[in-house]
Amino acid sequence: MKIAIASGKGGTGKTCVATSLAFVAAASRRVTYLDCDVEEPNGAILLKPSFEEARSATVSVPRVEPALCTGCGKCTEVCQYGAILSLNRRVLVFPHLCHGCGGCWLVCPNRAIRESAREIGQISFGWAGEIRFVQGLLNLGEAMSPPLICQVKAAAPSAGLVIIDSPPGTTCPVIESVRDVDYVILVTEPTPFGLHDLKMAVDLLRVLGRRFGVVINRARETEGLTSRYCEEEGIDILARIPDDRRVAEAYSRGELICGVAPAYEGLFAALLARVESQGPSERSLAGVMER
Amino acid sequence: MISGKGGTGKTSITASFAMLARDAVVADCDVDAPDLHLILEPEIIRREDFSGGKLARIDADRCLACGTCSRVCRSYAITRDGPGNEHTKSTFRVDPIACEGCGVCTWFCPENAIDFSPAVNGEVFISRSRRGPLVHAKLGIGQGNSGKLVSAVRQAARHYAERHGFKRIITDGSPGIGCPVIASITGANAVLIVTEPTMTAIHDMERVAGLVARFRIPAMICINKWDLNVALSERIEDNARRLGMSLAGKVEYDDVITDAQIACKAVVEFKENGCAAQVRSLWHTLENSLLGNGQA
Repeated sequence: MKIAIASGKGGTGKTCVATSLAFVAAASRRVTYLDCDVEEPNGAILLKPSFEEARSATVSVPRVEPALCTGCGKCTEVCQYGAILSLNRRVLVFPHLCHGCGGCWLVCPNRAIRESAREIGQISFGWAGEIRFVQGLLNLGEAMSPPLICQVKAAAPSAGLVIIDSPPGTTCPVIESVRDVDYVILVTEPTPFGLHDLKMAVDLLRVLGRRFGVVINRARETEGLTSRYCEEEGIDILARIPDDRRVAEAYSRGELICGVAPAYEGLFAALLARVESQGPSERSLAGVMER
Repeated sequence: MISGKGGTGKTSITASFAMLARDAVVADCDVDAPDLHLILEPEIIRREDFSGGKLARIDADRCLACGTCSRVCRSYAITRDGPGNEHTKSTFRVDPIACEGCGVCTWFCPENAIDFSPAVNGEVFISRSRRGPLVHAKLGIGQGNSGKLVSAVRQAARHYAERHGFKRIITDGSPGIGCPVIASITGANAVLIVTEPTMTAIHDMERVAGLVARFRIPAMICINKWDLNVALSERIEDNARRLGMSLAGKVEYDDVITDAQIACKAVVEFKENGCAAQVRSLWHTLENSLLGNGQA
């Protein structure tokens, strides 16, 4: 089963929840942790894996063979991103603007453009105890993270539990992270900002047809609005993590919150059982078959 | 205002700056999760559709289901689950969320059955808030191109500031280091990185500081919740110095920041002392050092 932890608003506790779930699950089954928050991956700070291998992650970009180019300009015409410019029979490529769609090398009538690779980040593989740990790290200055997220997800085994730590937000990187997952845990905090961004994430997951539930982090007595929203929308509240300074302090040191008090281990074990009881989603299985 | 890690307090502090600044246009560039409007209570005075690119759409009446589009599409956006017609039981269909807007399918379709026209991805708003002008945006559900929308917000804020004689633009950015962040800091005179003394935030702050350095923008650091872990706060100060950034200020860990947000107020209008005073002094430090030239 593949579970993604997402949030809308940043800093609500995605990584906290994801790492603790992986930790409690590892006691009884095979777990893979995929850190798909490739702009700022933090899972490793809490789970402290030892990495044994790193691979370069690349995207496709055009490489022009000047001797074969007649300067017809078809490549410039097809490109929607301004990434390839044909000027006076010279072709300039701007790799950072390229989306790797392949248009230019497909349209080139002289086969003067070849597909080549450009590195955008690293994928590291390792173990955190019994947990298989895979992390994507986007190179500084790279704008587009979805291709890297896609490659991190390709490292997921077909069996066992897969926990995906998703980036914050509600756009392309999140869409890529939750694609083909069985269930999404949305972590929120009971504040106006948390609720507003939770609603955006819920809207997105409904459009994508994903199953999801909510974890309220830093729960305090003012959480009424969040609970009421979930109730009105028929959304499961899967767990509440209390607003506990000890948790904030343990997290600040880079420790798992399971270690703060035995009750937390129980909380995450119950959360995991509740999510796993939903079983794999048929839709996501169909999606995997298609691809 | 950026942070690397999310949830370090960018928007709470930006809201306070909006209260303290005179002559500033505020731009909410966190289009993935825009929250400033919850505090600033804007009244929209102008709205404009935003189009970040084009979208392919297959005309089911003309599709012969040859499959060319699906073969050339690298975004896995085209599948054979469209309605049937007189030629075929099922046509091909473009998933508008997966479509990257590259247009390659349109180019190669032998039947010219694929329409490729600008998509409306969101809206940009110019508003009158209870504390000066606010430029903000709403991205359509499941729409990409957030980097381009950020650029549109930034440009609208700049035009507004120039036309109406505002000297400053305060931009609330998004977490991370990717396209929305790059778009947020492009053209900025100075950057404030809001961080907190946690191992994860330190890691993320160093990554985003590296990004800012590449753009050669002067940066300062603010440590929010600094007393949560005093040793780590000291480490952040050391690291910031090493990276050539000075400390603009520290704000203590206090529930009042959350209480203010729940009351839909900026912390500086909610309380006088403690962290509210620290946010005020943070603003004055910024004004005096980074913004002294009046351009930022």
